[in-house]
Amino acid sequence: MLYQPDRSQYPDMGPDGKLDIDLSSGKYLKLWQGPQHPGITGNMSLELTVCGDEVVEGKVHVGYLHRGFEKLMERRSFIQCFPIVCRICVPEPDFNEYCYAAAVEELAGIEISERAKWIRTLILEMGRINSYMMYLGGQAGALGMGVIGQWTTYVRDLMLDRFEELTGARIYHMFIIPGGVRDDLPAGFEDRMEETLKEIEATLKDVQEVMFQNAVFKKRTKGIGYIDPSLVDSYGITGPNARAAGIAKDVRADQPYLVYPHLDFEPVTGKDSDIFTRSDVRRRDVIMSVDLVRQILSRMPKKDGPLMAKLPNVLHWKIPRGETYIRGECSRGEYGFYVVTDGSGYPRRVNVRGPSYTHAMSLLQRMIVNVNIADVASLMVSLHTYPPEIER
Amino acid sequence: MMLDVLSPFRAWKNLFRDPVTVIDPLNDRPGAARYRGFHQNDVDLCIGCGTCEAICQNAAIDMVPVKQLEAPGKDSGLRPKIDYGRCCWCALCVDVCMTGSLTMSNEYKWVESDPEKFRFIPGVDKKYWDDAELGYHRPEDYHLTPHTRAEMGEMEADERISNFDEIVYGYTREQAIIEADRCVSCGLCVATCPAHMSIPDYIAAIRDGDYEGGLKLLYETNPFSQVCGRVCTHRCETVCSAQHEGDPIAIRWLKRHITDNVPAEKYAEIIGGKEPDTGKKIAIIGAGPAGLTTAFDLAKMGHKVVVHEANSGPGGMARYGIPEYRMPYDVLDHEVSVIESLGVEIKYNTRIGKDIAMEELQKDYDAVLLSIGLHLGRSTRIIGTDNPAVAKAVDLLRDITNGKKVKVPETVVVIGGGNVAMDIARSVARLQKQTYGEVKLTVTALEDFDHFLADPEEVKESFEEGINILDARGPQEIVIDDKGKVTGLRTWKVKSIFDEDGRFNPSYDETDEIIHEGTLVIEAIGQMSDVSLLGEDLTEKLEWSRGRIVVDPDGRTNQEWLWAAGDCVHGPDIIHAVADGHRVAKSIDKHIGKAKAKSKK
Repeated sequence: MLYQPDRSQYPDMGPDGKLDIDLSSGKYLKLWQGPQHPGITGNMSLELTVCGDEVVEGKVHVGYLHRGFEKLMERRSFIQCFPIVCRICVPEPDFNEYCYAAAVEELAGIEISERAKWIRTLILEMGRINSYMMYLGGQAGALGMGVIGQWTTYVRDLMLDRFEELTGARIYHMFIIPGGVRDDLPAGFEDRMEETLKEIEATLKDVQEVMFQNAVFKKRTKGIGYIDPSLVDSYGITGPNARAAGIAKDVRADQPYLVYPHLDFEPVTGKDSDIFTRSDVRRRDVIMSVDLVRQILSRMPKKDGPLMAKLPNVLHWKIPRGETYIRGECSRGEYGFYVVTDGSGYPRRVNVRGPSYTHAMSLLQRMIVNVNIADVASLMVSLHTYPPEIER
Repeated sequence: MMLDVLSPFRAWKNLFRDPVTVIDPLNDRPGAARYRGFHQNDVDLCIGCGTCEAICQNAAIDMVPVKQLEAPGKDSGLRPKIDYGRCCWCALCVDVCMTGSLTMSNEYKWVESDPEKFRFIPGVDKKYWDDAELGYHRPEDYHLTPHTRAEMGEMEADERISNFDEIVYGYTREQAIIEADRCVSCGLCVATCPAHMSIPDYIAAIRDGDYEGGLKLLYETNPFSQVCGRVCTHRCETVCSAQHEGDPIAIRWLKRHITDNVPAEKYAEIIGGKEPDTGKKIAIIGAGPAGLTTAFDLAKMGHKVVVHEANSGPGGMARYGIPEYRMPYDVLDHEVSVIESLGVEIKYNTRIGKDIAMEELQKDYDAVLLSIGLHLGRSTRIIGTDNPAVAKAVDLLRDITNGKKVKVPETVVVIGGGNVAMDIARSVARLQKQTYGEVKLTVTALEDFDHFLADPEEVKESFEEGINILDARGPQEIVIDDKGKVTGLRTWKVKSIFDEDGRFNPSYDETDEIIHEGTLVIEAIGQMSDVSLLGEDLTEKLEWSRGRIVVDPDGRTNQEWLWAAGDCVHGPDIIHAVADGHRVAKSIDKHIGKAKAKSKK
């Protein structure tokens, strides 16, 4: 049973489609949630107009985190763009590295080694687990359950240790480089990864028991933040947000890339399309990712030859005229890089498609109306948005 | 429903769990084995090529001079200074480092109150992580620059041995682009090249397919670019930063590639352009690289230049000292025609001291340049060298160039281990092949193969052509039979060439004696200048050092009207002669410019 607000208090829609809100009437209150606010994800801000406890109008403001990466890349050589792109999305940087590297490789006609593809897939799944762990903590935190965040942060940290030993860095890995990957798995990596995966599974069990089998969490999330399946295509909704609405959109399955054709998995879907379902889809997605990591490590072919393809001299690497769009399924949905080259040593244009752009801006702006002010934070987190990828 | 109320209480099971945090992270948390932490640089291995600076997208690296370094030889004297306010630890600098000197430690803790301290020169400014073993090092098989040289086609040994055709074919466009692409534009070569040719720029011109632009660059510093593109001693390649982990860039072949790809008739138009006539006249003795480079420069400055050449063709040592299979004469002729197109007059078959006296030149011209090369062969002066069947390499090479019928016997011995020895051996081998159908020729060199003087490819190609090279053999006597005919050369095994004081004083193992069969012995142990043209008076007035004329840094002798340049001053090397020519031209222009200023008063 969906929550039904009392609409009698609401302002009328004017002939121009805008709400007729008279702030001097005393009925409405303008409220800023963010950019400095515990109930906001990262550097964005919600301009809310409330009537009592209900939001009657919400506007999403971004621009607090604009660093101009897309423009910067037009002034960097192809190899110099490689350390930049990971910064476009902090919690899950590897998708930028993968999409950029794959785009450059396609445009330059470079074929990468088989094992490098497996290592890339491994890294992407590790990053997905990390991203979801951060999400679970955030979703619980938005409802005041701080302890979940402590648990998930701990296991995320263990995964960061694995990242550190594999890639040489914890957050910005800069490991998936055009031409392949920088290095092979370190000795004994599989065993340590297995220990980490077990810790993650144990934590997920705890999260399941404490967060999902929780009367308060259910009360606060079930039936709230409903996304109608009909909106999925018109709003460009992808990833868990679409899958929780029962639409099995998953680039890994729909348009398999890297070594996903060699892995066994079924996109996780839900039915109710509310906050609870979306959280649950993501929890089950972690379980799937853990399984995928195990599959990758056990099926990965042995090293035969260099992991790096032969590159031209990167200091004056020119790529012929062309354009491409490379996409992948990140933890939030479809992540993509559109790259145009013009035969020079620099990308002519790079455009990054972060799924948060549609989810956090147009979709949230629509969904936030009629929501109780106390549920705004939870609703926003449930769309799993990362402002850095909105503003490239 | 009841479960949903009770289940959250399971969180209490963690009540007695130990904390998961590291208690003393500063000491208990080392970075991973390949952690990209603080930079290390092996300053002795580093050559200061600046490739790290070029690739850094944050401009965090500056190449700065480091005084503590020993006198830079193959090195720029610069070292990377890293600004940790800008560095993003992407390690592209480590990946691209040409020597592998730059690495990263696994250390990541550095506390400092002065922010300026975070700009430092790794390896020079001592840090506690300098000796850390762990940290990011570039993995094997992982390169951001290609390491292997593009192969150049050349004639097979059995094909080339029967003629004097040029051996190497020159790069094709595809090969040249592959090779040009490898250059990292560090510029160490520019500093090393005696003529300071703008090497990275003309290599970039090849990458861009701009051959005319490349040719213009070449001739700004070297009017013998076609010659140097074939036979330069290419010191640039000995300092090339690519050689440390791969092959050096084939700079010489790339230079040749540009000259090959511009139509001959376009040269003058691309290179041309001269100042208005100054009315000054300069005489140059010797139409070799030094003399003609000076002529080229002076003619561009608007002076009238007359070159006096004793031989019938231009090129000097480049023509008469280098065989045609390495330096085709038509290329040389084209090179000289470009210089002539600037109005330089060359008088062939004019021997100074015989046809024209030195004094006349002094009288008729505003300045005189002596660039007479090294056309006299040195002798070992062992017993029997006065026999007519003992020849000198330079004389034979000149005869071959002049088209004289040089009669070579069936067996020949060459004394010497330098490039001239290889040149004469390979030339004679060709003549033997043409006359007798087989090569029977022995080269005896004083040096062993580890310290050989000739270029390795010369030695390799000589062996391929069936020439027998014996190293560490000291010549003792020309073996002559009763009738006065040369039958061979007696040599002893060399124990050492220099004595304890480092002086040339070979010692031999007399028990290891070989008599090398040969009815002609050729000495190729060095050359000297024929200075008879100077006349007694002038010879006396000039300052000499070890048989060579002493000149000031500008190439001027102690006679104010006379300059000297090229091999006769600095020893055999074309590119050095070219550099000399530029220097002398500047000096002459300065001098006669002053003279002009005086006359105006």
